[in-house]
Amino acid sequence: MIISIASGKGGTGKTTVATNLALCLSNKVQLLDCDVEEPNAHLFLNPVFQQKEPVYAPVPQINLEKCTFCKKCMDICRFGALAVLKKDVMIFENLCHSCGGCFEVCPENAVIEKERTLGIIEHGSVNDMDFINGRLDIGQVMVPPIIKKVRSYTNPDLVTIIDAPPGTSCPVIAAMNKADIILLVTEPTPFGLHDLKLAVETVKILDIPCGIIINRAGIGNDEVNKYAEKENIPILMEIPFDRKIAQIYSKGQMIVDELPEYREKFSVLFQKIAQLIEKGGQNK
Amino acid sequence: MKELIILSGKGGTGKTSITSAFASLAKNMVLCDADVDAADLHLILNPDFKLSYDFIGGHEALINLEKCTQCGRCIEICRFDAVKDSFKIDAIACEGCGVCVDLCPEEAIDFPETLCGQWYISDTRLGPIVHARLGIAQENSGKLVSLIRQEAKKLATKANLDLILTDGPPGIGCPVIASIGQANAVLIVAEPTVSGFHDMERVAELSRHFNIPAMVCINKYDLNLEQTRKIETHAQKNNIAVVGRISFDPAFTEAMIQAKTIFEYNKDSQAAAETRQVWDAIVSQPAFNAPVNNILQHL
Repeated sequence: MIISIASGKGGTGKTTVATNLALCLSNKVQLLDCDVEEPNAHLFLNPVFQQKEPVYAPVPQINLEKCTFCKKCMDICRFGALAVLKKDVMIFENLCHSCGGCFEVCPENAVIEKERTLGIIEHGSVNDMDFINGRLDIGQVMVPPIIKKVRSYTNPDLVTIIDAPPGTSCPVIAAMNKADIILLVTEPTPFGLHDLKLAVETVKILDIPCGIIINRAGIGNDEVNKYAEKENIPILMEIPFDRKIAQIYSKGQMIVDELPEYREKFSVLFQKIAQLIEKGGQNK
Repeated sequence: MKELIILSGKGGTGKTSITSAFASLAKNMVLCDADVDAADLHLILNPDFKLSYDFIGGHEALINLEKCTQCGRCIEICRFDAVKDSFKIDAIACEGCGVCVDLCPEEAIDFPETLCGQWYISDTRLGPIVHARLGIAQENSGKLVSLIRQEAKKLATKANLDLILTDGPPGIGCPVIASIGQANAVLIVAEPTVSGFHDMERVAELSRHFNIPAMVCINKYDLNLEQTRKIETHAQKNNIAVVGRISFDPAFTEAMIQAKTIFEYNKDSQAAAETRQVWDAIVSQPAFNAPVNNILQHL
Protein backbone atom coordinates (compact mmCIF):
# COMPACT_ATOMS: atom_id res chain seq x y z
CA MET A 1 0.00 0.00 0.00
CA ILE A 2 1.45 3.36 -1.07
CA ILE A 3 0.20 6.48 0.74
CA SER A 4 1.49 9.72 -0.76
CA ILE A 5 1.17 12.82 1.41
CA ALA A 6 1.07 16.02 -0.58
CA SER A 7 -0.23 19.60 -0.62
CA GLY A 8 -0.19 22.46 -3.09
CA LYS A 9 0.97 24.96 -0.48
CA GLY A 10 4.14 24.41 1.46
CA GLY A 11 4.30 24.33 5.23
CA THR A 12 0.82 22.91 5.78
CA GLY A 13 1.97 19.85 7.73
CA LYS A 14 2.86 17.09 5.24
CA THR A 15 5.88 15.98 7.25
CA THR A 16 3.92 16.14 10.52
CA VAL A 17 1.26 13.83 9.12
CA ALA A 18 3.74 11.50 7.39
CA THR A 19 5.99 11.00 10.43
CA ASN A 20 3.28 10.74 13.08
CA LEU A 21 1.22 8.37 10.94
CA ALA A 22 4.28 6.21 10.33
CA LEU A 23 4.79 5.80 14.09
CA CYS A 24 1.20 4.74 14.75
CA LEU A 25 0.79 1.76 12.43
CA SER A 26 0.87 -1.82 13.58
CA ASN A 27 1.94 -2.83 10.06
CA LYS A 28 5.57 -2.68 9.07
CA VAL A 29 6.21 0.68 7.47
CA GLN A 30 8.73 2.38 5.22
CA LEU A 31 8.91 6.14 5.00
CA LEU A 32 10.21 7.66 1.77
CA ASP A 33 11.03 11.37 2.08
CA CYS A 34 10.60 12.59 -1.50
CA ASP A 35 10.84 16.31 -0.70
CA VAL A 36 14.40 16.12 -1.93
CA GLU A 37 14.90 19.89 -2.15
CA GLU A 38 14.14 20.29 1.53
CA PRO A 39 13.92 16.86 3.20
CA ASN A 40 12.75 17.22 6.81
CA ALA A 41 11.33 13.88 8.01
CA HIS A 42 14.70 12.77 9.40
CA LEU A 43 14.73 15.77 11.76
CA PHE A 44 11.67 14.35 13.53
CA LEU A 45 12.34 10.60 13.35
CA ASN A 46 16.12 10.71 13.87
CA PRO A 47 16.82 7.58 11.86
CA VAL A 48 20.12 5.75 12.10
CA PHE A 49 21.53 6.02 8.59
CA GLN A 50 23.35 2.93 7.44
CA GLN A 51 24.13 3.77 3.86
CA LYS A 52 24.56 6.67 1.48
CA GLU A 53 24.39 6.38 -2.26
CA PRO A 54 24.87 9.09 -4.90
CA VAL A 55 22.28 9.64 -7.63
CA TYR A 56 23.82 10.16 -11.01
CA ALA A 57 22.52 11.41 -14.31
CA PRO A 58 24.42 10.95 -17.54
CA VAL A 59 25.81 14.04 -19.25
CA PRO A 60 27.77 14.17 -22.48
CA GLN A 61 31.48 14.47 -22.77
CA ILE A 62 33.02 14.90 -26.21
CA ASN A 63 35.99 12.97 -27.50
CA LEU A 64 37.56 15.78 -29.51
CA GLU A 65 39.82 13.38 -31.37
CA LYS A 66 36.81 11.73 -32.97
CA CYS A 67 34.53 14.82 -33.22
CA THR A 68 34.12 16.34 -36.69
CA PHE A 69 32.13 19.32 -35.34
CA CYS A 70 29.12 18.35 -37.48
CA LYS A 71 26.75 19.93 -34.90
CA LYS A 72 24.25 17.06 -34.96
CA CYS A 73 24.44 16.86 -31.15
CA MET A 74 23.73 20.55 -30.82
CA ASP A 75 20.82 20.32 -33.24
CA ILE A 76 19.08 17.44 -31.46
CA CYS A 77 19.45 18.99 -28.00
CA ARG A 78 16.26 20.88 -27.12
CA PHE A 79 17.74 22.19 -23.90
CA GLY A 80 20.69 24.16 -25.25
CA ALA A 81 23.16 22.02 -23.31
CA LEU A 82 25.74 21.79 -26.11
CA ALA A 83 27.40 24.48 -28.19
CA VAL A 84 29.60 23.28 -31.04
CA LEU A 85 32.32 25.77 -31.89
CA LYS A 86 34.93 25.61 -34.62
CA LYS A 87 37.37 23.43 -32.72
CA ASP A 88 35.61 22.77 -29.44
CA VAL A 89 32.31 21.69 -27.94
CA MET A 90 30.99 23.40 -24.84
CA ILE A 91 28.77 21.44 -22.46
CA PHE A 92 26.38 23.17 -20.05
CA GLU A 93 25.75 20.36 -17.60
CA ASN A 94 23.08 22.23 -15.67
CA LEU A 95 20.90 22.47 -18.76
CA CYS A 96 21.22 18.78 -19.69
CA HIS A 97 18.11 16.63 -19.18
CA SER A 98 20.01 13.38 -19.77
CA CYS A 99 17.80 12.41 -22.72
CA GLY A 100 20.71 10.75 -24.52
CA GLY A 101 19.90 12.41 -27.86
CA CYS A 102 23.46 13.63 -28.50
CA PHE A 103 24.82 10.20 -27.69
CA GLU A 104 22.37 8.49 -30.08
CA VAL A 105 22.75 10.89 -32.96
CA CYS A 106 26.54 11.30 -33.11
CA PRO A 107 27.76 9.62 -36.32
CA GLU A 108 31.35 9.44 -35.06
CA ASN A 109 30.66 7.89 -31.64
CA ALA A 110 32.40 10.91 -30.21
CA VAL A 111 29.89 11.47 -27.42
CA ILE A 112 30.75 9.66 -24.21
CA GLU A 113 28.31 9.70 -21.35
CA LYS A 114 29.82 10.53 -18.01
CA GLU A 115 28.08 10.63 -14.68
CA ARG A 116 27.09 13.82 -12.97
CA THR A 117 25.99 13.72 -9.33
CA LEU A 118 22.52 15.19 -8.70
CA GLY A 119 22.20 14.33 -5.04
CA ILE A 120 22.28 11.45 -2.62
CA ILE A 121 19.97 8.79 -1.25
CA GLU A 122 20.25 7.94 2.45
CA HIS A 123 19.03 4.61 3.81
CA GLY A 124 18.35 4.07 7.47
CA SER A 125 15.90 2.84 10.03
CA VAL A 126 13.87 3.99 13.00
CA ASN A 127 13.35 0.93 15.20
CA ASP A 128 11.81 -1.48 12.69
CA MET A 129 10.74 1.22 10.22
CA ASP A 130 12.67 1.57 6.97
CA PHE A 131 13.63 5.15 6.28
CA ILE A 132 14.87 6.43 2.93
CA ASN A 133 15.35 9.98 1.83
CA GLY A 134 16.73 11.84 -1.13
CA ARG A 135 18.71 15.06 -0.98
CA LEU A 136 19.33 17.33 -3.96
CA ASP A 137 22.83 18.79 -4.13
CA ILE A 138 22.91 22.58 -3.77
CA GLY A 139 22.81 24.23 -7.20
CA GLN A 140 21.39 21.20 -9.02
CA VAL A 141 18.00 21.42 -10.75
CA MET A 142 17.07 17.86 -11.74
CA VAL A 143 14.69 16.79 -9.00
CA PRO A 144 12.50 14.01 -10.53
CA PRO A 145 15.39 11.55 -11.07
CA ILE A 146 16.19 11.67 -7.34
CA ILE A 147 12.54 11.14 -6.39
CA LYS A 148 12.32 8.21 -8.81
CA LYS A 149 15.43 6.72 -7.26
CA VAL A 150 13.99 7.03 -3.74
CA ARG A 151 10.78 5.40 -4.94
CA SER A 152 12.70 2.56 -6.58
CA TYR A 153 13.20 1.25 -3.02
CA THR A 154 9.44 0.79 -2.53
CA ASN A 155 8.86 -2.56 -0.86
CA PRO A 156 5.43 -3.93 -1.86
CA ASP A 157 5.23 -6.00 1.36
CA LEU A 158 5.25 -2.88 3.53
CA VAL A 159 3.03 0.14 3.98
CA THR A 160 4.89 2.87 2.09
CA ILE A 161 4.40 6.45 3.27
CA ILE A 162 5.69 9.12 0.90
CA ASP A 163 6.39 12.66 2.09
CA ALA A 164 5.94 14.65 -1.15
CA PRO A 165 7.25 18.12 -2.06
CA PRO A 166 4.87 21.10 -2.31
CA GLY A 167 3.57 22.45 -5.61
CA THR A 168 1.85 20.94 -8.63
CA SER A 169 4.62 20.43 -11.19
CA CYS A 170 6.99 17.61 -12.14
CA PRO A 171 8.52 16.83 -8.70
CA VAL A 172 5.06 16.47 -7.16
CA ILE A 173 3.89 14.22 -9.97
CA ALA A 174 6.94 12.02 -9.46
CA ALA A 175 6.04 11.69 -5.75
CA MET A 176 2.30 11.05 -6.30
CA ASN A 177 2.28 8.88 -9.40
CA LYS A 178 1.16 5.27 -8.85
CA ALA A 179 0.23 5.80 -5.21
CA ASP A 180 -2.86 3.98 -3.91
CA ILE A 181 -4.09 7.09 -2.15
CA ILE A 182 -3.07 10.71 -1.84
CA LEU A 183 -3.59 12.63 1.38
CA LEU A 184 -3.77 16.36 0.77
CA VAL A 185 -2.77 18.32 3.83
CA THR A 186 -4.08 21.87 3.93
CA GLU A 187 -4.80 24.71 6.31
CA PRO A 188 -8.18 26.47 6.47
CA THR A 189 -7.04 29.81 5.03
CA PRO A 190 -7.48 31.44 1.60
CA PHE A 191 -3.92 30.41 0.58
CA GLY A 192 -4.52 26.88 1.85
CA LEU A 193 -7.80 26.56 -0.05
CA HIS A 194 -6.46 28.04 -3.28
CA ASP A 195 -3.47 25.69 -3.35
CA LEU A 196 -5.62 22.73 -2.26
CA LYS A 197 -7.77 23.24 -5.35
CA LEU A 198 -4.64 23.08 -7.52
CA ALA A 199 -3.54 19.91 -5.75
CA VAL A 200 -6.97 18.33 -6.28
CA GLU A 201 -6.71 19.11 -10.01
CA THR A 202 -3.31 17.39 -10.05
CA VAL A 203 -4.73 14.31 -8.33
CA LYS A 204 -7.61 14.20 -10.83
CA ILE A 205 -5.16 14.03 -13.74
CA LEU A 206 -3.49 11.05 -12.08
CA ASP A 207 -6.86 9.48 -11.25
CA ILE A 208 -5.92 8.38 -7.73
CA PRO A 209 -8.33 8.39 -4.74
CA CYS A 210 -7.67 11.22 -2.31
CA GLY A 211 -8.68 12.56 1.07
CA ILE A 212 -8.08 15.86 2.85
CA ILE A 213 -6.43 16.52 6.20
CA ILE A 214 -7.04 19.95 7.69
CA ASN A 215 -4.16 21.09 9.85
CA ARG A 216 -4.40 24.12 12.17
CA ALA A 217 -8.19 23.77 12.10
CA GLY A 218 -9.81 26.86 13.58
CA ILE A 219 -7.10 29.30 12.49
CA GLY A 220 -9.03 30.64 9.50
CA ASN A 221 -12.50 29.99 8.12
CA ASP A 222 -14.63 27.01 6.99
CA GLU A 223 -14.22 27.45 3.23
CA VAL A 224 -12.06 24.31 2.94
CA ASN A 225 -14.83 22.23 4.55
CA LYS A 226 -17.40 23.68 2.12
CA TYR A 227 -15.13 22.99 -0.85
CA ALA A 228 -14.51 19.39 0.27
CA GLU A 229 -18.23 18.78 0.59
CA LYS A 230 -18.94 20.28 -2.82
CA GLU A 231 -16.21 18.19 -4.45
CA ASN A 232 -17.21 15.11 -2.47
CA ILE A 233 -13.70 14.61 -1.11
CA PRO A 234 -13.64 13.13 2.41
CA ILE A 235 -11.99 15.06 5.23
CA LEU A 236 -10.10 12.27 6.95
CA MET A 237 -8.70 14.19 9.90
CA GLU A 238 -8.63 17.64 11.46
CA ILE A 239 -5.70 18.67 13.64
CA PRO A 240 -6.75 21.73 15.63
CA PHE A 241 -4.63 24.84 15.77
CA ASP A 242 -2.84 24.70 19.11
CA ARG A 243 0.22 26.71 20.06
CA LYS A 244 1.39 23.66 22.02
CA ILE A 245 1.46 21.55 18.83
CA ALA A 246 3.33 24.32 17.00
CA GLN A 247 5.92 24.36 19.78
CA ILE A 248 6.28 20.56 19.80
CA TYR A 249 6.88 20.73 16.04
CA SER A 250 9.35 23.58 16.38
CA LYS A 251 11.55 21.44 18.65
CA GLY A 252 11.52 18.50 16.27
CA GLN A 253 9.37 16.41 18.61
CA MET A 254 6.58 14.06 17.65
CA ILE A 255 2.96 14.94 18.44
CA VAL A 256 2.16 11.30 19.22
CA ASP A 257 4.95 11.21 21.82
CA GLU A 258 4.09 14.48 23.52
CA LEU A 259 0.31 14.26 23.23
CA PRO A 260 -0.41 10.51 23.42
CA GLU A 261 -4.14 10.95 22.62
CA TYR A 262 -3.01 11.53 19.03
CA ARG A 263 -1.88 7.89 18.69
CA GLU A 264 -5.51 6.84 18.54
CA LYS A 265 -6.34 9.66 16.10
CA PHE A 266 -3.60 8.61 13.67
CA SER A 267 -4.67 4.94 13.96
CA VAL A 268 -8.21 5.99 13.05
CA LEU A 269 -6.78 7.95 10.13
CA PHE A 270 -5.07 4.81 8.88
CA GLN A 271 -8.32 2.81 9.13
CA LYS A 272 -10.08 5.47 7.06
CA ILE A 273 -7.26 5.41 4.50
CA ALA A 274 -7.52 1.62 4.17
CA GLN A 275 -11.31 1.82 3.72
CA LEU A 276 -11.01 4.56 1.12
CA ILE A 277 -8.46 2.56 -0.89
CA GLU A 278 -10.71 -0.48 -0.75
CA LYS A 279 -13.65 1.54 -2.08
CA GLY A 280 -11.44 3.07 -4.78
CA GLY A 281 -12.22 6.62 -3.62
CA GLN A 282 -15.26 8.44 -2.33
CA ASN A 283 -17.09 8.59 -5.63
CA LYS A 284 -16.85 4.98 -6.67
CA MET B 1 16.59 49.44 -10.48
CA LYS B 2 16.79 46.82 -7.72
CA GLU B 3 15.28 43.38 -7.41
CA LEU B 4 14.66 41.67 -4.08
CA ILE B 5 13.64 38.02 -4.03
CA ILE B 6 11.76 36.64 -1.03
CA LEU B 7 12.62 32.97 -0.41
CA SER B 8 12.34 30.53 2.46
CA GLY B 9 13.45 27.03 1.48
CA LYS B 10 10.65 25.59 3.58
CA GLY B 11 7.11 26.38 2.47
CA GLY B 12 4.56 28.15 4.61
CA THR B 13 6.92 30.40 6.57
CA GLY B 14 5.10 33.56 5.50
CA LYS B 15 6.81 34.64 2.24
CA THR B 16 3.63 35.84 0.59
CA SER B 17 2.16 37.63 3.63
CA ILE B 18 5.45 39.43 4.14
CA THR B 19 5.90 40.25 0.44
CA SER B 20 2.43 41.81 0.34
CA ALA B 21 3.23 43.74 3.51
CA PHE B 22 6.40 45.12 1.89
CA ALA B 23 4.30 46.13 -1.11
CA SER B 24 2.32 48.37 1.25
CA LEU B 25 5.56 50.10 2.29
CA ALA B 26 7.65 50.24 -0.88
CA LYS B 27 7.14 53.00 -3.39
CA ASN B 28 7.70 52.96 -7.14
CA MET B 29 7.63 49.20 -7.27
CA VAL B 30 6.48 46.35 -9.47
CA LEU B 31 5.55 43.00 -7.94
CA CYS B 32 6.44 39.65 -9.42
CA ASP B 33 4.94 36.37 -8.19
CA ALA B 34 7.55 33.75 -9.06
CA ASP B 35 5.82 30.93 -7.17
CA VAL B 36 4.24 29.86 -10.43
CA ASP B 37 3.27 26.41 -9.10
CA ALA B 38 1.06 27.75 -6.37
CA ALA B 39 0.83 31.52 -6.75
CA ASP B 40 -1.00 33.18 -3.87
CA LEU B 41 -0.05 36.86 -3.95
CA HIS B 42 -3.09 37.68 -6.10
CA LEU B 43 -5.36 36.48 -3.28
CA ILE B 44 -4.26 39.50 -1.23
CA LEU B 45 -3.88 41.99 -4.06
CA ASN B 46 -6.95 41.13 -6.11
CA PRO B 47 -5.39 42.20 -9.41
CA ASP B 48 -7.26 43.73 -12.27
CA PHE B 49 -6.06 41.49 -15.12
CA LYS B 50 -5.00 43.79 -17.95
CA LEU B 51 -2.96 41.57 -20.26
CA SER B 52 -2.87 37.80 -20.50
CA TYR B 53 -0.41 35.69 -22.52
CA ASP B 54 0.02 32.01 -23.21
CA PHE B 55 3.18 30.34 -21.98
CA ILE B 56 4.47 27.85 -24.51
CA GLY B 57 6.80 25.89 -22.31
CA GLY B 58 7.97 23.19 -24.63
CA HIS B 59 6.89 20.42 -26.96
CA GLU B 60 5.26 17.05 -26.57
CA ALA B 61 5.77 13.99 -28.76
CA LEU B 62 2.72 12.51 -30.48
CA ILE B 63 2.92 9.32 -32.53
CA ASN B 64 1.03 9.29 -35.81
CA LEU B 65 -0.25 5.73 -35.76
CA GLU B 66 -0.98 5.78 -39.50
CA LYS B 67 2.69 6.28 -40.31
CA CYS B 68 4.05 4.20 -37.43
CA THR B 69 5.40 0.76 -38.36
CA GLN B 70 5.84 -0.23 -34.70
CA CYS B 71 9.57 -0.80 -35.17
CA GLY B 72 10.16 0.02 -31.52
CA ARG B 73 13.04 2.43 -32.04
CA CYS B 74 11.28 5.12 -29.95
CA ILE B 75 10.71 2.72 -27.04
CA GLU B 76 14.38 1.76 -27.18
CA ILE B 77 15.77 5.31 -27.12
CA CYS B 78 13.33 7.03 -24.75
CA ARG B 79 15.11 7.50 -21.43
CA PHE B 80 11.90 8.55 -19.70
CA ASP B 81 9.83 5.41 -20.41
CA ALA B 82 7.27 7.67 -22.03
CA VAL B 83 6.46 5.43 -25.01
CA LYS B 84 3.98 2.76 -24.03
CA ASP B 85 3.87 -0.66 -25.68
CA SER B 86 0.74 0.46 -27.54
CA PHE B 87 2.88 3.16 -29.23
CA LYS B 88 1.15 5.94 -27.40
CA ILE B 89 3.06 8.62 -25.51
CA ASP B 90 2.50 9.02 -21.80
CA ALA B 91 2.19 12.81 -21.68
CA ILE B 92 3.10 12.96 -18.00
CA ALA B 93 6.30 10.95 -18.48
CA CYS B 94 7.34 12.75 -21.72
CA GLU B 95 10.22 15.16 -21.08
CA GLY B 96 9.83 16.97 -24.41
CA CYS B 97 13.36 16.11 -25.51
CA GLY B 98 12.31 15.26 -29.07
CA VAL B 99 14.87 12.46 -29.46
CA CYS B 100 12.18 10.04 -30.67
CA VAL B 101 10.92 12.71 -33.10
CA ASP B 102 14.34 13.12 -34.70
CA LEU B 103 15.29 9.46 -34.74
CA CYS B 104 12.03 7.80 -35.86
CA PRO B 105 12.90 6.18 -39.22
CA GLU B 106 9.36 6.77 -40.51
CA GLU B 107 9.13 10.39 -39.36
CA ALA B 108 5.93 9.30 -37.69
CA ILE B 109 6.23 11.41 -34.56
CA ASP B 110 4.84 14.93 -34.41
CA PHE B 111 6.14 17.45 -31.93
CA PRO B 112 3.53 20.15 -31.31
CA GLU B 113 4.15 23.00 -28.89
CA THR B 114 2.51 22.62 -25.53
CA LEU B 115 0.62 25.29 -23.71
CA CYS B 116 2.09 25.06 -20.23
CA GLY B 117 0.35 27.97 -18.57
CA GLN B 118 -0.50 31.64 -18.71
CA TRP B 119 1.15 34.78 -17.52
CA TYR B 120 -0.35 38.16 -16.82
CA ILE B 121 0.41 41.82 -16.34
CA SER B 122 -2.11 43.30 -13.94
CA ASP B 123 -2.78 46.39 -11.90
CA THR B 124 -3.29 46.30 -8.17
CA ARG B 125 -4.01 48.97 -5.60
CA LEU B 126 -0.35 48.78 -4.55
CA GLY B 127 1.26 48.79 -7.98
CA PRO B 128 1.55 46.66 -11.12
CA ILE B 129 2.17 42.91 -10.86
CA VAL B 130 3.56 40.34 -13.26
CA HIS B 131 2.26 36.90 -12.34
CA ALA B 132 1.60 33.53 -13.87
CA ARG B 133 -0.14 30.25 -13.56
CA LEU B 134 1.71 27.12 -14.56
CA GLY B 135 -0.66 24.47 -15.91
CA ILE B 136 -1.33 21.54 -13.62
CA ALA B 137 1.30 18.81 -13.88
CA GLN B 138 3.35 20.90 -16.32
CA GLU B 139 7.08 21.20 -16.63
CA ASN B 140 9.41 24.10 -17.21
CA SER B 141 8.48 26.12 -14.18
CA GLY B 142 12.01 27.53 -14.25
CA LYS B 143 11.50 28.84 -17.78
CA LEU B 144 8.24 30.52 -16.76
CA VAL B 145 9.91 32.10 -13.72
CA SER B 146 12.70 33.50 -15.92
CA LEU B 147 10.11 34.84 -18.36
CA ILE B 148 8.01 36.71 -15.81
CA ARG B 149 11.09 38.14 -14.12
CA GLN B 150 12.23 39.51 -17.50
CA GLU B 151 8.79 40.97 -18.09
CA ALA B 152 8.78 42.56 -14.63
CA LYS B 153 12.14 44.13 -15.46
CA LYS B 154 10.84 45.46 -18.78
CA LEU B 155 7.80 46.92 -17.08
CA ALA B 156 9.93 48.54 -14.38
CA THR B 157 12.23 50.08 -16.99
CA LYS B 158 9.35 51.39 -19.07
CA ALA B 159 7.45 52.84 -16.13
CA ASN B 160 10.59 54.14 -14.46
CA LEU B 161 10.11 52.09 -11.30
CA ASP B 162 12.96 51.56 -8.85
CA LEU B 163 12.18 48.21 -7.33
CA ILE B 164 11.04 44.71 -8.27
CA LEU B 165 9.68 42.78 -5.33
CA THR B 166 9.58 39.08 -6.18
CA ASP B 167 7.71 36.47 -4.15
CA GLY B 168 9.74 33.32 -4.72
CA PRO B 169 8.88 29.62 -4.73
CA PRO B 170 9.73 27.18 -1.91
CA GLY B 171 12.58 24.69 -2.20
CA ILE B 172 16.03 25.07 -3.75
CA GLY B 173 15.47 23.49 -7.19
CA CYS B 174 14.79 24.64 -10.72
CA PRO B 175 12.25 27.47 -10.16
CA VAL B 176 14.22 28.84 -7.18
CA ILE B 177 17.47 28.95 -9.15
CA ALA B 178 15.58 30.66 -11.99
CA SER B 179 14.25 33.23 -9.54
CA ILE B 180 17.55 34.37 -8.01
CA GLY B 181 19.91 34.80 -10.97
CA GLN B 182 21.07 38.41 -11.28
CA ALA B 183 18.96 39.60 -8.36
CA ASN B 184 20.40 42.26 -6.05
CA ALA B 185 19.59 40.32 -2.93
CA VAL B 186 17.58 37.52 -1.41
CA LEU B 187 15.54 37.80 1.77
CA ILE B 188 15.09 34.46 3.49
CA VAL B 189 11.95 34.27 5.63
CA ALA B 190 12.81 31.60 8.19
CA GLU B 191 10.67 30.09 10.90
CA PRO B 192 12.19 29.05 14.24
CA THR B 193 11.68 25.30 13.95
CA VAL B 194 14.20 22.51 13.42
CA SER B 195 12.93 22.09 9.87
CA GLY B 196 12.87 25.85 9.31
CA PHE B 197 16.52 26.05 10.35
CA HIS B 198 17.54 23.10 8.18
CA ASP B 199 15.77 24.49 5.11
CA MET B 200 17.08 28.02 5.68
CA GLU B 201 20.63 26.65 5.80
CA ARG B 202 20.14 25.03 2.39
CA VAL B 203 18.62 28.07 0.71
CA ALA B 204 21.37 30.26 2.23
CA GLU B 205 23.95 27.89 0.77
CA LEU B 206 22.21 28.13 -2.59
CA SER B 207 22.39 31.94 -2.61
CA ARG B 208 26.05 31.73 -1.63
CA HIS B 209 26.62 29.21 -4.44
CA PHE B 210 25.27 31.72 -6.95
CA ASN B 211 26.90 34.65 -5.17
CA ILE B 212 23.68 36.52 -4.40
CA PRO B 213 23.78 38.45 -1.10
CA ALA B 214 21.31 37.08 1.44
CA MET B 215 19.46 38.53 4.40
CA VAL B 216 17.28 36.70 6.87
CA CYS B 217 14.26 37.60 8.98
CA ILE B 218 12.62 35.25 11.45
CA ASN B 219 8.85 35.00 11.27
CA LYS B 220 6.85 33.70 14.27
CA TYR B 221 10.10 34.14 16.22
CA ASP B 222 8.44 33.82 19.63
CA LEU B 223 7.34 30.26 18.90
CA ASN B 224 10.82 29.02 19.76
CA LEU B 225 13.46 31.47 20.95
CA GLU B 226 16.20 28.86 20.98
CA GLN B 227 15.73 28.14 17.27
CA THR B 228 15.43 31.87 16.56
CA ARG B 229 18.84 32.47 18.15
CA LYS B 230 20.28 29.47 16.33
CA ILE B 231 19.18 30.91 12.97
CA GLU B 232 20.60 34.32 13.84
CA THR B 233 23.93 32.87 14.96
CA HIS B 234 24.20 30.78 11.82
CA ALA B 235 23.41 33.84 9.70
CA GLN B 236 26.02 36.01 11.39
CA LYS B 237 28.67 33.33 10.96
CA ASN B 238 27.86 33.05 7.27
CA ASN B 239 27.81 36.71 6.40
CA ILE B 240 24.01 36.85 6.10
CA ALA B 241 22.48 40.07 7.42
CA VAL B 242 19.86 39.53 10.14
CA VAL B 243 17.15 42.09 9.41
CA GLY B 244 14.72 41.38 12.22
CA ARG B 245 12.12 39.29 13.96
CA ILE B 246 8.36 39.20 13.46
CA SER B 247 6.02 37.84 16.15
CA PHE B 248 3.60 34.99 15.73
CA ASP B 249 0.50 37.11 15.19
CA PRO B 250 -2.94 35.79 14.12
CA ALA B 251 -3.44 39.21 12.51
CA PHE B 252 -1.57 37.86 9.46
CA THR B 253 -4.17 35.14 8.93
CA GLU B 254 -7.03 37.55 9.67
CA ALA B 255 -5.61 39.99 7.12
CA MET B 256 -5.31 37.18 4.54
CA ILE B 257 -8.96 36.22 5.02
CA GLN B 258 -9.96 39.80 4.31
CA ALA B 259 -7.57 39.96 1.33
CA LYS B 260 -5.58 42.74 2.96
CA THR B 261 -1.95 43.31 3.78
CA ILE B 262 -1.08 43.47 7.47
CA PHE B 263 -0.84 47.27 7.19
CA GLU B 264 -4.24 47.58 5.57
CA TYR B 265 -5.78 45.25 8.14
CA ASN B 266 -4.22 46.63 11.30
CA LYS B 267 -1.31 48.99 10.96
CA ASP B 268 -1.09 49.29 14.74
CA SER B 269 -0.57 45.58 15.35
CA GLN B 270 2.73 44.40 16.76
CA ALA B 271 3.40 42.32 13.65
CA ALA B 272 2.89 45.41 11.47
CA ALA B 273 5.39 47.42 13.53
CA GLU B 274 7.94 44.61 13.36
CA THR B 275 7.44 44.12 9.61
CA ARG B 276 8.06 47.83 9.11
CA GLN B 277 11.32 47.56 11.06
CA VAL B 278 12.38 44.62 8.90
CA TRP B 279 11.67 46.60 5.74
CA ASP B 280 13.63 49.61 7.03
CA ALA B 281 16.53 47.32 7.84
CA ILE B 282 16.46 45.76 4.36
CA VAL B 283 16.59 49.02 2.44
CA SER B 284 19.55 50.21 4.47
CA GLN B 285 21.55 47.00 4.02
CA PRO B 286 24.76 47.16 1.97
CA ALA B 287 23.71 43.81 0.44
CA PHE B 288 20.55 45.38 -0.94
CA ASN B 289 22.37 48.40 -2.31
CA ALA B 290 25.33 46.63 -3.93
CA PRO B 291 25.54 46.14 -7.70
CA VAL B 292 24.19 42.93 -9.22
CA ASN B 293 26.30 39.81 -9.43
CA ASN B 294 26.20 38.10 -12.75
CA ILE B 295 25.03 34.51 -12.30
CA LEU B 296 26.59 33.42 -15.58
CA GLN B 297 30.07 33.67 -14.09
CA HIS B 298 29.14 31.01 -11.59
CA LEU B 299 27.38 28.42 -13.72
